[in-house]
Amino acid sequence: MKMDILMIEDEPNIAEAVRFLLSREGWQVGLHADGAGAIEAIRAATPRLVILDLMLPHRSGTQILDDLRAEGDAALAATPVLMLTARGQSAEAGARADEVLAKPFDNDELRQTVRRMLP
Amino acid sequence: MPERPLFLERASFHRRRLGDAARVLPVLTMLLILVPVWWMPASLSYAGGAVWIFGLWAGLIVVVWALHRALLRAEAATLRASETPPPPPAETPPPPVKGPADAL
Amino acid sequence: MPFEALLATCLAYVALMFGVAYAADRAAARGHVRWLDHPLVYTMSLSVYCSAWTFYGAVGYASRSGLEFATIYLGPTLVFTAAWWGLRRLVRVARMHHVTSVADLISARFGKSNRLAAIVTLIAVIASTPYIALQLQSVRLSFEVFATNAPNGPEINGALGGTALWVAAGLALFTILFGTRNLAADERHHGVVTAIALEAVVKLVAFIALGVFVVWGLADGPGDMLDRIARTAADPQVAEGWLLKPDRWTALILVSAAAILTLPRMFQVMVVEAADEERLHVAGWAFPAYLFAMSLFVLPIAVMGRELLPAGSNPDLYVLTLPAAAGQDMLALLVFLGGFSAATSMVVVCAIAVATMVSNHWLVPAWLALRRIPSPDETDDLRGFVLNARRMAILAVMAAGWVYHQASGGTAALAAMGLVAFTGMAQVLPAMLGGLLWRGANRKGAYAGIGSGLVLWMALIFLPSVGVGGDLPVPPGVDPWTAAVMASLIVNTLAFIGMSIFGFPDPVERLQGLSFVSAVEPIRHSRMMRGDDRAEPLLAMARKVWGAEAALRYFQAEARAQGRSGYLPDLTPRFLTRLERRLAGSIGSATAHAMIDRVAGGVALTVADLLQVADEAQRAKEETQRLEAAQAELTRTARQLREANDKLTDLSVQKDAFLSQISHELRTPMTSVRAFSEILKEPDLTPEDRSRFAGIIHTEAGRLTRLLDDLLDLSVLESGRAQLNVSVVNLHDLITRALAAASATRPERGFLIDRDLPAEHLGLITDPDRLLQVLINVITNARKYCDAAHPVLILRTRRPETGGAVIDIVDNGSGIDSGRQSLIFEKFARLNDPARAGGAGLGLAICREIMLTLGGDISYLPGQGGAAFRITLPQRPPASAGSEPPA
Repeated sequence: MKMDILMIEDEPNIAEAVRFLLSREGWQVGLHADGAGAIEAIRAATPRLVILDLMLPHRSGTQILDDLRAEGDAALAATPVLMLTARGQSAEAGARADEVLAKPFDNDELRQTVRRMLP
Repeated sequence: MPERPLFLERASFHRRRLGDAARVLPVLTMLLILVPVWWMPASLSYAGGAVWIFGLWAGLIVVVWALHRALLRAEAATLRASETPPPPPAETPPPPVKGPADAL
Repeated sequence: MPFEALLATCLAYVALMFGVAYAADRAAARGHVRWLDHPLVYTMSLSVYCSAWTFYGAVGYASRSGLEFATIYLGPTLVFTAAWWGLRRLVRVARMHHVTSVADLISARFGKSNRLAAIVTLIAVIASTPYIALQLQSVRLSFEVFATNAPNGPEINGALGGTALWVAAGLALFTILFGTRNLAADERHHGVVTAIALEAVVKLVAFIALGVFVVWGLADGPGDMLDRIARTAADPQVAEGWLLKPDRWTALILVSAAAILTLPRMFQVMVVEAADEERLHVAGWAFPAYLFAMSLFVLPIAVMGRELLPAGSNPDLYVLTLPAAAGQDMLALLVFLGGFSAATSMVVVCAIAVATMVSNHWLVPAWLALRRIPSPDETDDLRGFVLNARRMAILAVMAAGWVYHQASGGTAALAAMGLVAFTGMAQVLPAMLGGLLWRGANRKGAYAGIGSGLVLWMALIFLPSVGVGGDLPVPPGVDPWTAAVMASLIVNTLAFIGMSIFGFPDPVERLQGLSFVSAVEPIRHSRMMRGDDRAEPLLAMARKVWGAEAALRYFQAEARAQGRSGYLPDLTPRFLTRLERRLAGSIGSATAHAMIDRVAGGVALTVADLLQVADEAQRAKEETQRLEAAQAELTRTARQLREANDKLTDLSVQKDAFLSQISHELRTPMTSVRAFSEILKEPDLTPEDRSRFAGIIHTEAGRLTRLLDDLLDLSVLESGRAQLNVSVVNLHDLITRALAAASATRPERGFLIDRDLPAEHLGLITDPDRLLQVLINVITNARKYCDAAHPVLILRTRRPETGGAVIDIVDNGSGIDSGRQSLIFEKFARLNDPARAGGAGLGLAICREIMLTLGGDISYLPGQGGAAFRITLPQRPPASAGSEPPA
């Protein structure tokens, strides 16, 4: 079965919270916990949505976003991206991602944003 | 201060002449030790020779002592003089510069 | 006198020597070198020139050949009249290049060629072995003089078969104990030198006492003595032997003048052990005076012995038998001790000098050549190897001397060995003088000169002296020995000059030639640039030679002189030159050169480089000291400014990063807390989920608290308002507690903990909780980040001379890149992000602030083969620290 959402997040507890919330909505949620290898993980999973943390080890969220947008496969390159940031960093990152959610976020806000973004 | 350069000139001049003496001394010593033996070995081989050799030797020790003392004083004098500008004349060799590694 | 009393006196005297050497070494270690460095101590140490060959042999020589004996002491006197411009220059150049032996001097001058040094070492070994045997024999003979007087003589004589062995073994022990204690860069042995200076006094007092007794006790004053000399000389047989032969007279003075410069033991005490050339001002007249005093009574003693002792007595033992026959037991004992001193001091210094050559020019190069593939992280300890090589060489030299003594057996065979050794080492003189005075001298010339000299010396002098081959066929009227000496030296000199004229030296050699002849410091050419990462391997290499502490101290001092902080100086040509020369002081110039090239990458020197370097050297010579100092000051200030500027730029970038980091660090746990607390409100959760989510909230809340605590802690420490609760602590207890507390971090990693328990028991006054916090932090970091397969944590504690304590904590992981070493103590300076779990990156910043508050410091030690931290603590915290009295 095709994965709905791929989350790239290195904080295990945040990842667990997000996965718990979104799984209960019926979506299939995958996890990759490192900036390194993130783009390969996206390529392998071809999710409908990518949730990307801004501060990642090895490769930042913006770098991964750039990698993704530069992908040869047009469909893959156009995958919608939800960026998770701490407030204050959102202005720069927000210009490039499809949506930005500031940490800490409201659970409803997360659910609604994802629902809006998933085609 | 017109006297200053005059004094300086003298101090370094004196030092240089003492340096010349230090250079001549070994040559002189060699001649004094060797020539008499080639000249008249027989009369220097016994009691008379002992007096000659030890007399010469004692004299040499005193000369070296006096020369080194004079050289040290002259060096101190030039050093004192050169501590105030103008610097010593170019002919004077610079004071021995310690290797920087020694300063550690 | 009873033989047992003699033995007891002798042992007591030996114990005194060990005690003096030990005390002097200790005093030197504490930095009390003022009296050890006195020019008179230096002068007295030069008296190793007067070995047993002088003490006993001079009288024998005089009784056979009259005044000719004086040549052996007139030669050195002649050399010392040139102390001011000649010897001072030799000492200055040798110290500038940290020369360790006469072989090393030749090697350094002629392009750092180890092969040349190995040949000189060969001559030294061949010449020294019989010479040492001669000393052992003199001790054995002097014992026998007393033993034959003892009532139970024959038995003791039987037991005496081993005297030479016992003496050799005792001397080997002494030499190893005090000659190979450390591998200091300047190679000085205060203990040995002081003991030898004392022995010099004993020899002189003994000999003068005997002389006074002979002239005023046995004879009737100087006038009577001269009459007796004249009367003895009236015997035609004596007169024949005493008649001075001008050719022998000249050759002997020449050879003994050469010997004072080239004999390994003389070079050792005169050049290597000299702290600077200043002491020659005194030695210039004082050493000739010593020789004068040792020679003055030789002829009277010889004449008196001939008159009073039965015909057929050994004139080499007159100094002992004369007082014994006159019933002067105490005087005889004093003379015996004097002779014993003469023999032992010669053997000890000779063994040190020859062993240094053997280990530096034979063993270490062979060992390095065998291990052809070098790696910068080789774990073996070169310093230990060099010291052990030296110890083995000392044992070998002693053993060879003893074996030679046993094998030769005869008295006469050894008596000539003093002069044979002199003529052997004299073969080095043309290359040595040429190298110091003539820029044109080159390696080919040195090979040719020393090589031909060695061959001729072996064929014409050494082998005939041991009974192989015959004398040189010479026309009647010419002394065969003189002919052989002059022939070998003349061929040697001509070969040296000839090959030098026709050869062309390589650039390294030309550079060294310039440096030796004009006594200026050469600058090693280097293409290495600032920030070159080869500084660390160089430090690792220096550590292997000098030991960790000395190497770090040297590198830190060099870095500071360049105006840099930390332990890694820029690889400037100046620094490399100095490092190489300091290493040369420990392992010889050829080996040091090869090792630096190996680590720093040998950049072949071209003639263009050479010209540039020579130009630099010339300019350095011309510049006045003041200008140099001003320039250095300017450069240093500029460097400091640049470093400060770099740091400011870094800091402002870091400040922005800091705020965004704080934001991130606070929001991360908050995000989990907020998300899960909302989730908990949902009704349809399983009890397991509910309790797990509550646990996560708890953990994340704890993390938040810790972070806030850390921030608060840091701001209190930084503002200097921290309260210290000081008490007396034992570091051992604190380290044990810290290890226990840190073991909870990644408990699955089985760390091998290497502690030096006895050394840890150091008491000092500090805040135990704060110090514990630092220790736990550093150890925890090691547990977290050490990536070795078999992790090892080494903890070393010691008390430096300045008091307080130093704690080194070293692991065997991959360490920290030199580029990031200066950043790790900054706030949020996270290193490798993947392993950041749990830490906010404030730990080391807090550690640093704590240590500064405690009056100490924490720093990163590069080049230790892993991540290494050094914590330094004062004996008590500074009074200004916000400490409150202990409750």
